Amino acid sequence: MIIVEELTKRYARNTAVDHISFRVEKGQIVGFLGPNGAGKTTTMRMLTCFMPPTSGSASIAGLDVLEHPMKVKKHIGYLPETPPLYPEMATGEYLQFVGRLKGLSGGELKKRVDYVCERCSVADVRHKLIGKLSKGYRQRVGLAQAIIHNPDVLILDEPTAGLDPKQINETRDLIKSLAGDHTILLSTHILPEVEQTCQQVIIINKGKLVATDSVQNLQNRARGAVSVLVEVASRSGPLDFSMVQKQLEQVAGVSRVLYRGSNSGFSSFEVESEKSFSRGDVARSIVNAGWDLNELRPAAISLEEVFLQLTKSEEKPPLEAAELAGVPA
Amino acid sequence: MKNALTIYRKELRSYFVSPIAYLLLLMFALIFGFFFWNSLGYFVFIGMESQMRGQPMPMNINEQIIRPLLSNISVVGLFFIPMITMRLFAEEKRSGTIELLVTSPVRDIEVILGKWLAACSLYASMLLVTFLNFGFLFKYGNPDWKPLLIGYLGLLLQAGALLAVGTFISTLTKNQIIAGAATFAICLLLWVVGWVGDYETAMWATVLSYMSVVTHFESFAKGVLDTKDAVFYVALIFLGLFFTARSMESLRWRS
Ligand SMILES: Nc1ncnc2c1ncn2[C@@H]1O[C@H](COP(=O)(O)OP(=O)(O)O)[C@@H](O)[C@H]1O
Ligand SMILES: [Mg+2]
Repeated sequence: MIIVEELTKRYARNTAVDHISFRVEKGQIVGFLGPNGAGKTTTMRMLTCFMPPTSGSASIAGLDVLEHPMKVKKHIGYLPETPPLYPEMATGEYLQFVGRLKGLSGGELKKRVDYVCERCSVADVRHKLIGKLSKGYRQRVGLAQAIIHNPDVLILDEPTAGLDPKQINETRDLIKSLAGDHTILLSTHILPEVEQTCQQVIIINKGKLVATDSVQNLQNRARGAVSVLVEVASRSGPLDFSMVQKQLEQVAGVSRVLYRGSNSGFSSFEVESEKSFSRGDVARSIVNAGWDLNELRPAAISLEEVFLQLTKSEEKPPLEAAELAGVPA
Repeated sequence: MKNALTIYRKELRSYFVSPIAYLLLLMFALIFGFFFWNSLGYFVFIGMESQMRGQPMPMNINEQIIRPLLSNISVVGLFFIPMITMRLFAEEKRSGTIELLVTSPVRDIEVILGKWLAACSLYASMLLVTFLNFGFLFKYGNPDWKPLLIGYLGLLLQAGALLAVGTFISTLTKNQIIAGAATFAICLLLWVVGWVGDYETAMWATVLSYMSVVTHFESFAKGVLDTKDAVFYVALIFLGLFFTARSMESLRWRS
């Protein structure tokens, strides 16, 4: 749905986006992750035909952004970093205005305005001036204007920035619920957001693409292996954990088993593999040996660690600086 | 052009939901009224005086009231133009709504025309209110209405040209105060350059005084529709809107 190839944007003094390429498949919800100043907004502005790339190309729904800007714009719903709202307009009136701009009219326009008001829970402030709305409502009105023309692609620039935790949750749920109808690219510099909302993640740093993968794979990749946590208990007396270790190491594909400690009769192990293994095999091997299997789950590490590893790998923080700052050795 | 109409309606609405439109209407009507009743009073005074001297001179409402009045108003208009155009683009740039306009399937020229026409409409409604004064003249006197209409056409053309220039200047900054001040400076400049023609006849002075938006109004004030002057205003309108379009385009390359 979105194809980006070697996209580059140079400003007078710096290169904001440097030869990045990625693809977003139809119906996916993809996180565009990077620290502040990474070039997220710049990339999104090129995708939405707000400004042309210096070089490289991007296409939306098979249409090149430079060759067919008018058609591309019809396929895109865009929520910029600051929602583009007119404080002197009432919510309903504003949505009608945006709908007209996007080419809707008559009964269809009215139907869509009703629909997005309902969908984004802004129906109760329909007649209120936008200037008088709370931040959370404004963000939802911003989302409502982005989907007014039922676009194939939604591009959301930091949709939860500046909201309080409750509003963030509401907005996230709303975005997730929109995923069925639209392909969504959303940018953020907050990691948990990607983990909670997205299926895929594209990480950029200083204008360069760092990684693009599914959230799941990326978490695994940083580990360099797939791993699961296993919690085992013995039915008769205390558990000999070295026996369990030996038993688990024999399961096909397992490369390493770590003992993680015991707690009220349960012992935890971390089972690692270079490639992959069947969790069923692990479970069977425990049960067959006469132990109880209490828990078996993937050992997900937070995306934060992945992110830090990926973005920090090039430049190591100077040690001296840390020492000078009085960090105890 | 449906999109231009959408923009036009939005702009006009935002003029009239804020106090600015009413303030402009009121101020313009007051200033116009002052000039009108002032010159009317003077007219009546001259008339009485000449009668008392027993040698009635030919009195002409068009020549003695309408013409100087329209000339004055064409200058007063210069002070109102910046207040009409300053926020047109500057405010959209400041608040970020320009991103909505530019990423919607709407051509730049439609946005520009919508905004400029809304500005023209506000000015036209200011002129319309002043028409009330003339109702009085037509009731008690017998002025010729054709020159009056031509004079108003001239006012509208002159304003259209300056509004196009103001619209352009509004695309150059995020700050509407700066846009307003710059537009005001340009409006004044386009007025005073005409003064050099009063004492200097060299080539450069002729060119400069040709640039004056007020000089070109003189024929309209007389009630004469001079193609040369009309063409000047129309050309300035095109120039202003053309530069606005270029500026909007370059805004994307820079921002
Ligand atoms: N209009 C501009 N002119 C010059 N540099 C800019 C402009 N906009 C952004 N930049 C620079 O480009 C880089 C990327 O900015 P941006 O895309 O806004 O990052 P992000 O949205 O990821 O925080 C930053 O270093 C920023 O300073
Ligand atoms: Mg940004």
